[in-house]
Amino acid sequence: MRRIINYAPSPGAKVILAILPFVLLVGVYFLGSSARLAIDPADKLMPGFASFYASMMRLGTTIDIATKQYLLWWDTWLSLQRLFLGLGISALIGLVLGILVGFVPYLRATFEPFFAAFSLIPPLAVLPILFILFGLGELSKIVLIVFGIAPFITRDVMLRVASLPTEQIVKAQTLGASTWQMITGVILPQVMPRLLDSVRLSLGAAWLFVIAAEAITAEGGLGYRIFLVRRYLAMDVILPYVAWITLLAFLMDYALRKIAAVAYPWDRIKAA
Amino acid sequence: MTQIIFDDVWKEYGEHIVLERINLTLDDHEFLAVIGPSGAGKTTFLRMLLSQEAPTRGRILIDGEPIAPEPTADRGVVFQRYSVFPHRTVLGNVMMGPQWAASPLLGRLFGARRRAVEERAMALLTRVGLAEHAEKYPAQLSGGMQQRLALAQALIMKPKVLLLDEPFGALDPGTRKQMHELVSELWEENAMTIVMVTHDLPEAFLLGTRVIAVERPRKDPQAPERFGATIVSDYETKCRIVRDSRRFEADRAKARLTLVP
Repeated sequence: MRRIINYAPSPGAKVILAILPFVLLVGVYFLGSSARLAIDPADKLMPGFASFYASMMRLGTTIDIATKQYLLWWDTWLSLQRLFLGLGISALIGLVLGILVGFVPYLRATFEPFFAAFSLIPPLAVLPILFILFGLGELSKIVLIVFGIAPFITRDVMLRVASLPTEQIVKAQTLGASTWQMITGVILPQVMPRLLDSVRLSLGAAWLFVIAAEAITAEGGLGYRIFLVRRYLAMDVILPYVAWITLLAFLMDYALRKIAAVAYPWDRIKAA
Repeated sequence: MTQIIFDDVWKEYGEHIVLERINLTLDDHEFLAVIGPSGAGKTTFLRMLLSQEAPTRGRILIDGEPIAPEPTADRGVVFQRYSVFPHRTVLGNVMMGPQWAASPLLGRLFGARRRAVEERAMALLTRVGLAEHAEKYPAQLSGGMQQRLALAQALIMKPKVLLLDEPFGALDPGTRKQMHELVSELWEENAMTIVMVTHDLPEAFLLGTRVIAVERPRKDPQAPERFGATIVSDYETKCRIVRDSRRFEADRAKARLTLVP
């Protein structure tokens, strides 16, 4: 009898084991839903897969009377737009501030404690301030995402800059590099893979902020729709929407990972 | 001509004296090996030459001028590790210095000027035996190859002084021997000054034309930090006059061979 950590599944078994929890989850839901539907065919809490399909077809292929839009795609477009703008601006701010503060000792001494404190402010607690300052439109939603994510990315980039070996920086100086040349030629390329990683890690938080902002006020969006139909207990819309958001988040994560692998091949060699 | 002078240099960290009374005059085209026990301040000595740290007292002169207050291109360096940039290929690493010098904003050259730098870099890579690995990344190279790359990267800037901080410490004995040969050949070809820190005595006496030992001459058991290390012995291992006459003889022999058809 070996220790349990010394038993490893074969590649084929790995695939099956990976699929298993998903199948189990769907199976458990199906059993529960069937049991409830047998008692009450109009059950709202656990509708069957047929009603999921019907709701999604309705939202995805018919034009809504009130908004004159295909709701599913319209919601997706609005939410993704907010998410991408928020994440993109956060990544840019994080990159610029992180490199400058991490690399220049005077800036570091001035701003590092400030950022450490700033990143601890709970973004949702200042959401009312954002609504007061920036109104109820798109701007306050995007500011919320930036407020929630940029400090995290900034600190992550800063740590990465600080973890670059001093030897490299000294070597660059003996090769005659100026501060600007070191930033563009030594720091930036080595920080980029880490930046993509921290954007990946922020995806969950970014979705949280998008949905939270949409729940409070919006004219469309995935989070808005979920909170709107909540009043009618419309689980046949909420559950597929949650699955759709999860799928979108997964695809973004996957795309970011692939971009990092193609654009920075040297980073993967080091890990190997 | 490069002359390095340490004029009564001290290095203190608060109460702690690391180095004291360092006086040294190093002539052109010397290979200085610095030996000493761990923690004696060998690396501090090298860091001061690199301007990574400043002496607390005294001054360091290169060619009669006080040393620049920050690392500059006239002093090349190879560390034990992390001397090369992992995000550039082997060729890219060697081309970094010249490209930085020629293009302040982009740090990149294009067209004919790029090809000229590429040619120089490839010539150097061929010299250190890395030509067939030019397109690889440093992480794909062995430890010895990475150190050869670091040498080529430093040499392309034609530094007055090359500083080596235990450059062969992490290599296996066979690779280390090859590196010894390469370094002494490069030293001869480029006619520069090398300062090398090592804890390997045979290596120091094999390569160095001059070997200094850095150690604490006195110890106070009550306050061990109050006495710093200094140069306790100074050997001229390869006499300059012998080296000069050997080179003169070699040149004359070569000249004679070219005269005789």
